[in-house]
Amino acid sequence: MEEPIITVRNLQTFFHLEGRVSKAVDNVSFSVPKGKVICIVGESGCGKSVTALSLLRLVDFPGRIAGGEILFHNRDILKMNTKEIHNLRGDKISMIFQEPMTSLNPVFTIGRQISETLLEHTLCDRKEAWEEGVELIKKVGLPRAEKIMDSYPHELSGGMLQRVMIAIALSCQPELLIADEPTTALDVTIQAQVLDLLRQLRDQSDMSILFITHDLGVVAEIADYVIVMYAGRIIEEAPVTELFRHPRHPYTRGLLKSRPVIGQRRDRLYSIKGQVPDLSELPQGCYFADRCESCMEPCRKEYPESVSDAGGHKTACLLYKEGVANGSTTAEDY
Amino acid sequence: MSILKRKASSDRKRSKSIWEQSFRRLFKNRSAVFSACILGFMFLFSFVGPLISPYSSNGIDVTVMKHPPDFTHWLGTDIYGRDVLTRLMLAGRISLTVGLASMVLSLLLGSLLGAVSGYYGGIVDSIIMRIADILMSIPSLPLLIIIAAMLSEFKVPTDYRLYIVMLMLSLVGWPGLARLIRGQILSLREQMYMKAADVLGLGTWRKIFHHLLPNTYPLLIVVATLSTASGILSESTLSFLGLGVVEPTSSWGNMITIANNLIDFQKHPWLWIPPGAAIFITVVAINVLGDAVRDVLDPKMKGR
Amino acid sequence: MDRPLLKITDLKKYFPVKGGLFGRPVGWVRAVDGVSFEIFRGEAFGLVGESGSGKTTLGQTVLRMHGRTSGQVMFDGLDIHSLPPKEFHKTHTRMQYIFQDPYSSLNPRIRIGDAIAEPLLAHRLATRADVREQVESILAQCGMAARFMDRYPHEFSGGQRQRIVIARAIALNPEFIVADEPVSSLDVSIQAQIINLFSDLQEERKLTYLFISHDLGIVEHLCSRIAIMYLGSVVELATRSELFLNPIHPYTKALLSAVPIPDPERKRSRIVLNGDVPSPENPPSGCRFHTRCPFAKDICREKVPEFRKVEDHHQVACHLF
Repeated sequence: MEEPIITVRNLQTFFHLEGRVSKAVDNVSFSVPKGKVICIVGESGCGKSVTALSLLRLVDFPGRIAGGEILFHNRDILKMNTKEIHNLRGDKISMIFQEPMTSLNPVFTIGRQISETLLEHTLCDRKEAWEEGVELIKKVGLPRAEKIMDSYPHELSGGMLQRVMIAIALSCQPELLIADEPTTALDVTIQAQVLDLLRQLRDQSDMSILFITHDLGVVAEIADYVIVMYAGRIIEEAPVTELFRHPRHPYTRGLLKSRPVIGQRRDRLYSIKGQVPDLSELPQGCYFADRCESCMEPCRKEYPESVSDAGGHKTACLLYKEGVANGSTTAEDY
Repeated sequence: MSILKRKASSDRKRSKSIWEQSFRRLFKNRSAVFSACILGFMFLFSFVGPLISPYSSNGIDVTVMKHPPDFTHWLGTDIYGRDVLTRLMLAGRISLTVGLASMVLSLLLGSLLGAVSGYYGGIVDSIIMRIADILMSIPSLPLLIIIAAMLSEFKVPTDYRLYIVMLMLSLVGWPGLARLIRGQILSLREQMYMKAADVLGLGTWRKIFHHLLPNTYPLLIVVATLSTASGILSESTLSFLGLGVVEPTSSWGNMITIANNLIDFQKHPWLWIPPGAAIFITVVAINVLGDAVRDVLDPKMKGR
Repeated sequence: MDRPLLKITDLKKYFPVKGGLFGRPVGWVRAVDGVSFEIFRGEAFGLVGESGSGKTTLGQTVLRMHGRTSGQVMFDGLDIHSLPPKEFHKTHTRMQYIFQDPYSSLNPRIRIGDAIAEPLLAHRLATRADVREQVESILAQCGMAARFMDRYPHEFSGGQRQRIVIARAIALNPEFIVADEPVSSLDVSIQAQIINLFSDLQEERKLTYLFISHDLGIVEHLCSRIAIMYLGSVVELATRSELFLNPIHPYTKALLSAVPIPDPERKRSRIVLNGDVPSPENPPSGCRFHTRCPFAKDICREKVPEFRKVEDHHQVACHLF
């Protein structure tokens, strides 16, 4: 792999609520190489969004980054001062969110909001910023760019707004785009458009994308490399084809099986029993043990370490640790 | 208010209700606890105090007229030689009762009319809200003065005046409350769970009293505390002007009337400082408590 | 599958757009614009559409949660929208609705046991003496323990709340349930649990569903006949196998091809639609879909296509076929 743009090591983000500590992100390490799309996938409360926010130090009170390091070109973001972090946000790293409607200020025109970012981070005057804005709007595939520059957020549909958000995010040619569930609020036909756009942008500009989603279908469409999170920890990570071809962790397998897929109808859906554990009362062993079909005695004793195979497929599950149980054969079977 | 009878052991880790949680948070708020203590003291002082006091409220004693505070009369005596401390306690009874009772009355009127108005809408809403508008557009003090003057004209016995003052205050108090409740009900009615209640075919009264009104309780409690304070203030104002509770019944308001007299104001401060301080402390304590309750029950309303 | 349980004929629901000085309607949002179909006893009928297609409005109009503009809803021989209030009240025990968001469809100040008991008492289906047992057994059927009865909604997760909402709806023992995106706000692993609950209940209680969703995968799994809605009207209606193997309408095809499939190695030819759904306040002339249709012809802009039968169990509204 090439030199990564951003490397996260042992990131811990905790929330302190009424005297209890909720480990939203615990011991998360990964890196984003240049020009790749890394997907973090997981269900609500698994810490995927908090991870994304932590990268830009946007976690609000009562959340706090408790440990680890986030290296952006070998400089630790967690040690930067306010000015440095401000220069980083929106310039080198930008972010788009799930709800495009609430991410834009309703009282300003689209044009003003785009040129604002440009004026903030680049050396250009108002007119140049405006022209650049028109170019950006065209780049994200919106027709009648000039007209859109003059309109207000409420005059545009959700899909158009998400494109505008992407345009704003692209304005300073960031090296990394963090996209937090950017298509969840959109209809499937519009989602397809936005995914196409993101893929196209990655190919054109060699930008890296950290894509957060709960939808494995979307992951398959866009990812190069996939990280699966559960209860604040990474439980499995692998290149996309490998992960979908040989999912290992019982949770990943369960997720893949529980989603009805068009053209592959079964009489009964597989479902993972139970629900996600409370992040402030995590069990001692593997966090997935209570819901796991192949839970063994040792699973309840300690949290399994992540084990990597030759192809770089990492799994945090005792089924894949040598010497415990009879190894991967049983797990591969079901 | 549960339909189902609860089995004692049905759920060990029984849910902490919303009330318990709020209560605990309130307990952590220092100023709230402090003002609650002050109010508690005020109640004990007013309702239990007179029972301990050796003097009676109308115990006129010409030998000790306008006597300054000493060990026999802790707060001195008034122009008829009555013990000021005892009268202050009894006045507290009246003032607190008037404040609370007028609050309860206006709360009942306001929430019922507000809920009905918000739930039914249309013509019912228009009628109730226009009446409220009319009452709100008349400045309350002149209105109260006019009504009180009429009472004096018709020679209403002093004992009854007390109750009539309560009615007057709640008459002035309910429209604002009804509007607040109506606004809440209007927005609650659009909630998904109210649509669900429609589809389930629940009765109208059930929907109003079990589904809508309980959701306005946080607001009601806050408004209740604040309107108790304003009830006490209004009663004092009226009594001070001689239009509310009148002698010989004492109230904090009519006790301050003495300060109108320049000589008494300068020479006999023990006659008017205690009732003034009592009003001030009670009202401030109620308002601080009300603010704290508001913060605890509805963080969104902060700073409003 | 002989006599339809529910028959909708040319149903229309327009919402006024208020404007101007006196709040007079200045336009109409044609949320549902001339929809007809039948649902047979015991089947699960899927209604698919994107946001703004009018699928929710249709579901709510069927249950008379608001009035209709024109058309008819016949439920087992009863004209729902013309029933007198007393008769209409009785239909609540036969038709129920499950809302999309389990968070807002439970009153935060009512214990869940009470929430389920209330409708039973309101319709005299239980007495105060035996209501507790009934609530217990219904909760058990929906996979919830009886000890949860005295808790408030905020103590439950989304999946558990949706179970409670379902329990509340089936407590009245209805024959017909409209479920409006009942799983779309839930996590994937929980979605599967709830979908399985829906199929179990259907089997046990011989329920008929109108299942509204934007998720074709779920609809394919659960429903035997499926209608696709676009801008207030149904563009295609077919049995499950017909619709997924042999889609005819260009919109259906585009929708099917846009659904992401969890298989990175499968490359598909995708029909990417241009632009957005037009506003239902000012729908396009002719075929509603012509502004986004890759195959639109002149006739599509001028004439509204007829909704006609192409095969035994397949109806479509398109000029091209």
